[in-house]
Amino acid sequence: MSTATSERDLVAGRPDAPILELDNVGKSYGNVHALRGVSVKVRQGEVTCVLGDNGAGKSTLIKIISGLHDYTDGAMTLNGAPCRFGSPRAAQASGIATVYQDLALAPLMSVWRNFFLGNEICKGPFRVLDIDKMKRICHEELHRMGIVITDLDRPVGGLSGGQRQCIAIARAIYFGAKVIILDEPTAALGVKQSGVALRYIIKARDAGLGVIFITHNPQHAYLVGDHFVILKLGRVVLDAHRDELTLTQLTTEMAGGQELVELSAELRGVEPGKAIESGEVVPDRGETLAPGSKKEAAARAEDDDEKA
Amino acid sequence: MTVTATEPTSAGAAGDDRVAARALAPRLLSRPEVGSLIGAIVIFLLFMAVAEPFRNVANVGTILYGASTIGIMAVPVALLMIGGEFDLSTGVAVTTSGLSASLFAWNFGLNVWVGIILALAISLAIGAFNGWLLLKTGLPSFLVTLGTLFILQGVNLGVTRLLTGNVASSDITDMDGFASAQKIFGSEVTLGPVNLKVTVLYWFLLTVIAAYVLLRTRMGNWIFAVGGDAAAARAVGVPVRATKVALFMAAGFCAWLSGMHLLFQFNTVQSGEGVGKEFIFIIAAVIGGCLLTGGYGSVVGASIGALIFGMTQLGINYAGWNPDWFKAFLGLMLLLATIVNMYVKKKADLR
Repeated sequence: MSTATSERDLVAGRPDAPILELDNVGKSYGNVHALRGVSVKVRQGEVTCVLGDNGAGKSTLIKIISGLHDYTDGAMTLNGAPCRFGSPRAAQASGIATVYQDLALAPLMSVWRNFFLGNEICKGPFRVLDIDKMKRICHEELHRMGIVITDLDRPVGGLSGGQRQCIAIARAIYFGAKVIILDEPTAALGVKQSGVALRYIIKARDAGLGVIFITHNPQHAYLVGDHFVILKLGRVVLDAHRDELTLTQLTTEMAGGQELVELSAELRGVEPGKAIESGEVVPDRGETLAPGSKKEAAARAEDDDEKA
Repeated sequence: MTVTATEPTSAGAAGDDRVAARALAPRLLSRPEVGSLIGAIVIFLLFMAVAEPFRNVANVGTILYGASTIGIMAVPVALLMIGGEFDLSTGVAVTTSGLSASLFAWNFGLNVWVGIILALAISLAIGAFNGWLLLKTGLPSFLVTLGTLFILQGVNLGVTRLLTGNVASSDITDMDGFASAQKIFGSEVTLGPVNLKVTVLYWFLLTVIAAYVLLRTRMGNWIFAVGGDAAAARAVGVPVRATKVALFMAAGFCAWLSGMHLLFQFNTVQSGEGVGKEFIFIIAAVIGGCLLTGGYGSVVGASIGALIFGMTQLGINYAGWNPDWFKAFLGLMLLLATIVNMYVKKKADLR
């Protein structure tokens, strides 16, 4: 991993200058250092993937870039100019849009109201909401994401997780000018909708946006990513371009590398015979659920919840 | 969340056939005002049947007047509840407003209008203080405004006794500006057989303006959002703090309007008045469909809630029942309306 970190300079030497650059940025909450010496470069037309386990500092990083928190060390530059965002509104005004893990949707509000929340379109001398126009745009944008909601007056809380994710992403892309941050956009999605979301990431990239894709799924990251940063305990442990990395390497780094080998050895020591060689398929996982079994019923119930 | 993988069709661009467009009836039934509207109709029919004077058209003015004194405050209280906050100090804030205008003008021998302007400033300041303290401390608005309620109640009594030696403000009928102010805050117009107090006009106006702001402007969108999910609202750039403080100040403004009516209707203000009114405003808003948790509700509903109060208050009188039962009736109405709201909404959402 140390070789990968040193090769960062090589990547930085590319001719296209980064649109957003974090240089040695740190964030302390009292005596807790949530983030230390993090350097990330985001270029237009590139997908920068930030990977890390829970508590690695991914959320803190997003919060700094999107203006929810200020940073305590280092420097952040946007288009070469140093910047500090006092509020999410300021970050948005500078062209940084964020799709949060919790989606930032108000559950009791309708689809179109959520879509335009904070960016409402008004018309006329009395600044009336242009509801027809907002509904039309909302419909078009969602349609492009591949989802059609017939009644845009429906409260968002009644939609499935996937549909809500699509609304949040479509909204951020519609309003996001230069940089879009996606906080684990595929974490709550099904296989097909993950594919849709990943395709949309590519669309955003091709449209010339700088995309920051936060995830802990190396497969998803490797599908769309141009540049990979792995965080661990608030520090950057890997920073590499796609050319310098294979999926296996990324997965191993993400899974903890050396730690995983040690863990494997430890587990094997405790329960000999039960530990799993890497690559070996566990027979139990392939078990088909017998119709009528309790497990099957439970799975179906959850399935129904999803559809409701 | 592995189960999400089995969600198959919704990504199809052709349309999601699982979600059909909703029919008109359930869509209307899922509106927040429905419970209060049903309640108002039931109450109306009940008193039409049992109370003879209730059928007299001339009494419409009296009933609407009773409703308007509650409605003027129920409207901002409903907005505040949709915005996710409570204000328990609204009842005594009305008294504070009336007292400050009266005492100030009387003690300094000034034109009544100077007192009125000062009272407006004080009322807005009380609202702003509630909002500011709430956001500064992060305490629930229930506690903050409960504190304000008692502070104002004490100050009302204390200051009035200090300045007048009495528990009521002095009569200001003969002071400069009283006549013109009374025209604005306490006059009456006659429409055929019906005498309408000016407060009824203010109440309708406030309802229309507030409903318009809530449903047709950006500010209204923000009010729903800060009540529904303040963190989400902030994340997309909604000025959460400013919105909440503005809502508290709107309550302050309406308290001023009510206070001025109180003063110019009765010429003096009793300093102990107003305690307990705050719950009536909140009940009207809740009957009108506002959720205690915020993010949902209706201004029109709150006004219908106020109308239910007006009808009940006088209906009990007209029917010749003992008015002691009024409160019990209110509590019952509150429970019934909220249960109907919940039931109807669930039914409508399922369809």
